Amino acid sequence: MLTHEKIETSNTLMIVLTLLVVSVGGLLEIVPLFFQKSTTTPVNELVKPYDALRLAGRDIYIREGCYNCHSQMIRPFRAETERYGHYSVAGEYVYDHPFQWGSKRTGPDLHRVGGRYSDQWHKIHLLNPRDVVPESNMPAYSWLDRPLNDPNIGAKMSALRIVGVPYTDQEIAEAPKALEGKTELDAVVAYLQGLGQALKQSR
Amino acid sequence: MNFNNTGDLVGFWNLYVVVIVAVSVIGCAVFLWMQSSATHKPGEVTGHVWDETLEEYSNPLPNWWRWMFYITVIFALVYLALYPGLGSNTGSFGWTMRGQYDAEMAAAEQQYGPKFNQFLKQDVMTVAANQEAKEMGARLFQTYCAQCHGGDAGGQPSFPNLKDGDWLWGGTPEKIKETIAAGRTGFMTPKGTKPDMDAEQVKDVVHYVRSLSGLTADSARAQRGQELYPQACAACHGPDGKGNQDAGYPNLTDKVWLYSSREDSMIETVTHGRQNQMPAFGEFLGEAKIHLLTAYVWGLGGGVKPVAPAPVAEVAPAAEPAAAEQQ
Repeated sequence: MLTHEKIETSNTLMIVLTLLVVSVGGLLEIVPLFFQKSTTTPVNELVKPYDALRLAGRDIYIREGCYNCHSQMIRPFRAETERYGHYSVAGEYVYDHPFQWGSKRTGPDLHRVGGRYSDQWHKIHLLNPRDVVPESNMPAYSWLDRPLNDPNIGAKMSALRIVGVPYTDQEIAEAPKALEGKTELDAVVAYLQGLGQALKQSR
Repeated sequence: MNFNNTGDLVGFWNLYVVVIVAVSVIGCAVFLWMQSSATHKPGEVTGHVWDETLEEYSNPLPNWWRWMFYITVIFALVYLALYPGLGSNTGSFGWTMRGQYDAEMAAAEQQYGPKFNQFLKQDVMTVAANQEAKEMGARLFQTYCAQCHGGDAGGQPSFPNLKDGDWLWGGTPEKIKETIAAGRTGFMTPKGTKPDMDAEQVKDVVHYVRSLSGLTADSARAQRGQELYPQACAACHGPDGKGNQDAGYPNLTDKVWLYSSREDSMIETVTHGRQNQMPAFGEFLGEAKIHLLTAYVWGLGGGVKPVAPAPVAEVAPAAEPAAAEQQ
């Protein structure tokens, strides 16, 4: 019989039983998600793996910490969908490793920012947000207008392939060429313009 | 829209969830029930001694506390009967997150839909004169348009001023609506239609174009530029430089410059070309809001009356009394 005396005086038993109790939530709410169709398959044919330039842009997005102020998760509330567009669904993130849902909105959600502004607007805005939105409190990323240097792009794509992103050998081989002559700004803008296109036209 | 995930929790994973939920809830109940057999023995201690004399009573959980735990078990059972939680069981309320969202949207449509839709029956110029519509349009503009065109619709370099009566794609209600709903792509090829121009020739053309709208220009350069203009620019901007609104080719003879009228900016435009887009908002905002925004933009001061005001203008006054009543 497991008396509390026995549990409380044995470190091993205490650890094992504690782990068992705290893992119930995860076992129920996380584990099945790895095996469900809605979370593991693209929601429609518009969800595609990031091409080389967008992938490089995504890495800059992460490097600059954009996720600290911008979420990429539109919740199913009218107040959000009126402003941003269709709410986000799991099948839109299948090629995100890791996803950029974020947890804080100092700036607006970016999940459907793709196509919402022109490339020109994004470039001006990233270099100095005040140039287009006078009251903006976003920092200026003025250094982004410099050559894109991402020699590991092929290796990154190979690594992503291991976790399930279906890049072809050809796409990986041609990746460095796709980045030639591009600036970091081009890459970030390409990434942003591709966001959320899958359900963009849905209300 | 169907996202293929209704009834996603099937077969093994359904059973997996059901078993873990059931075992946890029932396990808690059994554990609590076992606790109720423990009896209170006054004075009994656990045997641990800390700090010389500090001991711990070996008392069972107080009843009020144990019953609170029982209530959580009962709550769990009731919850699982009413709401989804036990595998693919939908619960007797049939609640879904998507259903709640749809209900919220339907309620909003019922409340606000008529307010937006009432203006759909009126033509744009009538709506533009309506104070309520103007306020609604202004709020929509601040939400969806101000990021580029500015809070006062005055525009900024790269993004057109909407108040000034100068239009790239036309300022009639029909054209404005088309621009907002379907978007526009403005494209100027580098060095226009004469890609072999060198830097000096580009500068000459720029000076000629400057002279068209009365900007300061070097007359010698302008003269040389005038000879290049028909080959390099006229195909789009027209032989007289007045552009073509049907294709979004800017008028070069007015004093409105999208990318600033500075010489270096104009040289950059000609040398590298320009590309910019107005995004399409039709699908996102829907017909009624596009209509209000069209009227708002048209009414900012630069709106152009339709060329052939035949049937539209005749119908307009008839719609006005209805609008007045609703105010």
